[in-house]
Amino acid sequence: MSKERIQISEALYDIMPSDYQDLVKSATYGKEDRGWKDIGTSKELIEQHSLCAGCPESMAFRYILASLPNPEDTVMVGSTGCTSLVFPMVAVHNIHSLFGNQNAIASGLKRALSVRFPGRVKDVVVLAGDGATVDIGLDMTLQAWFRQEKFTTICFDNELYANTGGQESGLMQKGFVAKMAPVGKLFDKVRLPEIARESGCHYVVNCTVSKPSLVEKVIRNAVHIAREIGPTYLQLYTPCILEIGKNSMEGLQEMRDSEKPTERFAYKEYVSEPAKQLLAELAAKDKERKAAAKQLAAQAQAN
Amino acid sequence: MAEIKSIIGTQNKKGQTYTDTWKMMNEAPRTPSFFTGSEVIKEALRRASCDVMIAYPITPQSEAAALIGELFAEGYIGDYFRGESEFAVMSQCAGSAFGGARVFTTTAGPGTMRAMENFPMWAGARLPIQMIVTCRGINSPLSIQPDTLEIAYLLNTGMLVWHAETAQDFFDWILKGYMVSEEPDVHLPLALCCDGFFVTHTKDVVNLTPADMCLPPYDPYRSPVPCMDMECPPVRMMRDPFVMKSNYISYATHASWQQEIWAAVERSRKHSIHWLNGLIDTENTDADIVIVASGTAVSQGREAIRLLEDEGVRCGLVKVKTLRPWPEEEIREATKNAKHIFVPEFNVTGWLAKEIRATVPNHQRVHAGPHVCGGMTMPPEIIVSEIKTALGMKTFSLAGRGS
Repeated sequence: MSKERIQISEALYDIMPSDYQDLVKSATYGKEDRGWKDIGTSKELIEQHSLCAGCPESMAFRYILASLPNPEDTVMVGSTGCTSLVFPMVAVHNIHSLFGNQNAIASGLKRALSVRFPGRVKDVVVLAGDGATVDIGLDMTLQAWFRQEKFTTICFDNELYANTGGQESGLMQKGFVAKMAPVGKLFDKVRLPEIARESGCHYVVNCTVSKPSLVEKVIRNAVHIAREIGPTYLQLYTPCILEIGKNSMEGLQEMRDSEKPTERFAYKEYVSEPAKQLLAELAAKDKERKAAAKQLAAQAQAN
Repeated sequence: MAEIKSIIGTQNKKGQTYTDTWKMMNEAPRTPSFFTGSEVIKEALRRASCDVMIAYPITPQSEAAALIGELFAEGYIGDYFRGESEFAVMSQCAGSAFGGARVFTTTAGPGTMRAMENFPMWAGARLPIQMIVTCRGINSPLSIQPDTLEIAYLLNTGMLVWHAETAQDFFDWILKGYMVSEEPDVHLPLALCCDGFFVTHTKDVVNLTPADMCLPPYDPYRSPVPCMDMECPPVRMMRDPFVMKSNYISYATHASWQQEIWAAVERSRKHSIHWLNGLIDTENTDADIVIVASGTAVSQGREAIRLLEDEGVRCGLVKVKTLRPWPEEEIREATKNAKHIFVPEFNVTGWLAKEIRATVPNHQRVHAGPHVCGGMTMPPEIIVSEIKTALGMKTFSLAGRGS
């Protein structure tokens, strides 16, 4: 899709919802260096949300949608959970079908788009919670990686089932007392980032969403590597402040506390050799592009 | 439509000519071929302009699913792979259909049951996926033998459900099925069922359409819901997701959408009548006794009628082709003269007899049986015996009945 596709007929312009008008006027579809800094100066691809006040997941959503390198040709796949409350407000085609089948849906989708649009870039990005990714959907998460399906899997890890009211999940920490873990969770947090690496993912990052610039970087890397090489996996800590007894203002601090070097969300990254090479090539191209732009600007000034 | 018309007469990369489906199915020359049901599925797919086929091994559909893989290797199918389970496969099919592809898959018995959560989702999302169901037992202990109980579970999913009797039905209906389920006012998935082994693993003469003709490709932009390919504006679908709202607007939205799915099933009626030449086939329905059946029970019923004729008992036949849409009026009309209606079935519960009882007046006329299940065959003699017993005629004793 190009930005022309969302243009509104002049005769109908004034009756269109204002958020649609804003999308046409100032969204960042097609902008090559789009990123989190566009937030505040352009129309975001997310309109409102019905998450709890201060929910870190809402921040993560905004950063991710601002950072997708190719939103005009990206289709997102969600799953049941808090994320499914947000997707209806996202200006990128997205699919929610069942709970846990997101990586199966994405596998079929990516292949259909490859058959239908040969030679064109169509990115597929999965975004689901930890229950969907690691518990009910683990089979399909892993199998998509084994098959080397070329899409990105993002897990919003809030370490429990938030949308159903705070039940134990596989990514919950050992010992945490929650619904369905009445005497505390009896086994360790599932080590999915390591499993992802062993399952064939070419880029794996475990981090929080406290820093928008970091989220932007890992999203761009993950999407580019998935497009060219194979599966990528991001596990992002988006704490459920409600269920861990925090206030609306405390989400950011919770993430900062959890990303300290000895904590479970200390930044961890794995990049496969082919992916390293691709990132180096992309960085070189980026440098070239910036230098050319700088030269052009200098010339314009000289003239 | 203009786009579809313009493609008729052009060739695909395999040199097949995109042909008007009505002409291809009804006017083009047919070649008699001696094939198994599985091979017939492959031959239908060769002509189906299918974009994506997703496979998983389960008896008795494994052979058909693997043969379609050969078609992919030859370049007739856009993409093909083996999924990890039927639940995953049906979700992968959904993903491909959401992305605008013409999709095909096959399953059977426990696979159908494992995948069940997907089927109402397919219908609700208006995905015109075609799924072949080669029915087999779903009971415990494990059975791989023919048994049609799984069809009962498909009847309320919102899918179209057709029940093929022969390999010829299969060949024709696979191709015609896409024409019905891809109509914009239908746009629903189709479960095309047959009785496993009896149809899949036996050889039969099947008249095939020319191999150099194929269906026009699927046009996802005729869908009543947007195709998820970012080729049309990604507008917000709703202000708040209805899933979380406990209010009247939310209930009304869900209720009206469910009603719309079933209205679409009803709207498929006229297209199914057009392509299948009616939802039922009838023979001698002026007789006092009528057998109503679907699948291979129809063939056995036909044989039983021949045996009864030899004894001077005249009997009519109704072959039910579509279970969804349900041929309510047609069955009522075809059985209006019948004093006795017999419903032979390959399952333990008699779901077809229940449907018929709920359809016809004076439902005490409906004899739910004979039933065989667990892989038993249904010799025509047991249908004859059932009918003669009900009529108070003397009948031979069947082994094992102790009479």
